[in-house]
Amino acid sequence: MVGNRRTYPARGDRRVHITYRPETLREALSLMKESGKEKRVKPFAGGTDLMVRHRGWHGTTSGFPSDILFLDRIDELKCCGFYDKEYHIGAACTLAEVEQDDRAPSILKEAITLMAAPALRNRGTLAGNICNASPAGDTLPPLFILDARITLIRQGGSRTIPIEDFITGPGETVLGDDELLAEIRIPITEYTHLCYRKVGTRKANALSKLSFAALAGIEGGEIRDIRIALGAVAPRIVRDREIEASLQGKAFDEIDLRGTLEAYGKLIRPIDDQRSTAAYRKQVALNLIENFITRDIREDIQSKE
Amino acid sequence: MKVRFSLNGKEISVDVDSLRRLLDVIREDLGLTAIKEGCGEGECGACSVLIDGKIVNSCLVPIAQVGGAQVLTPEGLKGTPRGKCIVDGFTEAGSVQCGFCTPGMLMAAEAILTKNPNPTEAEIREGLSGNLCRCTGYDMIVRGIEIAAEKGEGLW
Repeated sequence: MVGNRRTYPARGDRRVHITYRPETLREALSLMKESGKEKRVKPFAGGTDLMVRHRGWHGTTSGFPSDILFLDRIDELKCCGFYDKEYHIGAACTLAEVEQDDRAPSILKEAITLMAAPALRNRGTLAGNICNASPAGDTLPPLFILDARITLIRQGGSRTIPIEDFITGPGETVLGDDELLAEIRIPITEYTHLCYRKVGTRKANALSKLSFAALAGIEGGEIRDIRIALGAVAPRIVRDREIEASLQGKAFDEIDLRGTLEAYGKLIRPIDDQRSTAAYRKQVALNLIENFITRDIREDIQSKE
Repeated sequence: MKVRFSLNGKEISVDVDSLRRLLDVIREDLGLTAIKEGCGEGECGACSVLIDGKIVNSCLVPIAQVGGAQVLTPEGLKGTPRGKCIVDGFTEAGSVQCGFCTPGMLMAAEAILTKNPNPTEAEIREGLSGNLCRCTGYDMIVRGIEIAAEKGEGLW
């Protein structure tokens, strides 16, 4: 029945959208400044979350409440590589680009490979995953243990802060109204053991029940460095430097495993939701920590002795 | 907003809301209905197209971001030697049952073989991981792509 197409009811604000797709960072920052406190302009990198959040009925236009600033044509935000002993990832670099870059940190690449599916990784960005600030964001635990820092840029200035200080709660960050996340910086990290685990319902396109990233540097049977981060088990990513410090400098028979797990247990405060239960998440999280210390590291060292 | 891009090798221009989904522009405005809307959330792959050679979910792409890009849909793919080879592979292996996922699967096959002309079964399955099929159990689709890889020697 040609010409008898049904018009679906609108969802949300259906005004005509204004979108910007600048080619320079200067133009983008000027738009962000004008946007200011009213948050008139929303930065849009890969859009894999935003397009779902603001989707309409099929055949209708997505219902964004603000104007849109596309970042995908800004060359300054598309660079990936090493400068000053840090691996830099521009805000407009896609997950696939990082996944395919041999220089990228391997634990980050491993986490990305397990995210979503190829078509989504061709669009989604690391910067978007960070700004989304979901406790279940899959790139966050690796970025936390790698001591990643985030560079935020505004007209006339920039600041670089640790990722732990950038994300303040579920969906909440310290990103200013006129600021853009410009790049992620990851220092070179030396380690002997690395572990990333994503616990999901299926292999592809699953949101995590929880995720786990850990690394350790072992020297002469002693723990020189150990870092553990957990996603989707608390409002924020769990990483505790005090517990880590309590393990450093110790040989394996000196580790108080029970005390360590109890300390992590206090930080792991998951919720029940459609993906999993709090009890399951907590048990699996503690098992993963225990496995990392007792199996991944200790058994590996003993096998080499 | 006027957006110019290349669709299946032809330069075109559309005048639509800049946040209209590429999926809707292709299906509703341009009348190419091979790609389907399954989930509308980037999970099922029924709306897969290639943008500048990369597979994407067209339900997640606002039309404004397509400006200047080359978009390939199953209509464009099937006319090429590669497309014919994939279609023949699917036919021989019986990769199509209800057919709803098939256009997306063809695009995924093209993306897999472009990346690697001789993929292993695991690589094919990884390449198909964003495309859901509720009929076949995937084995026949994997086989169809293997046949295309064998017979299409030199095409990719």
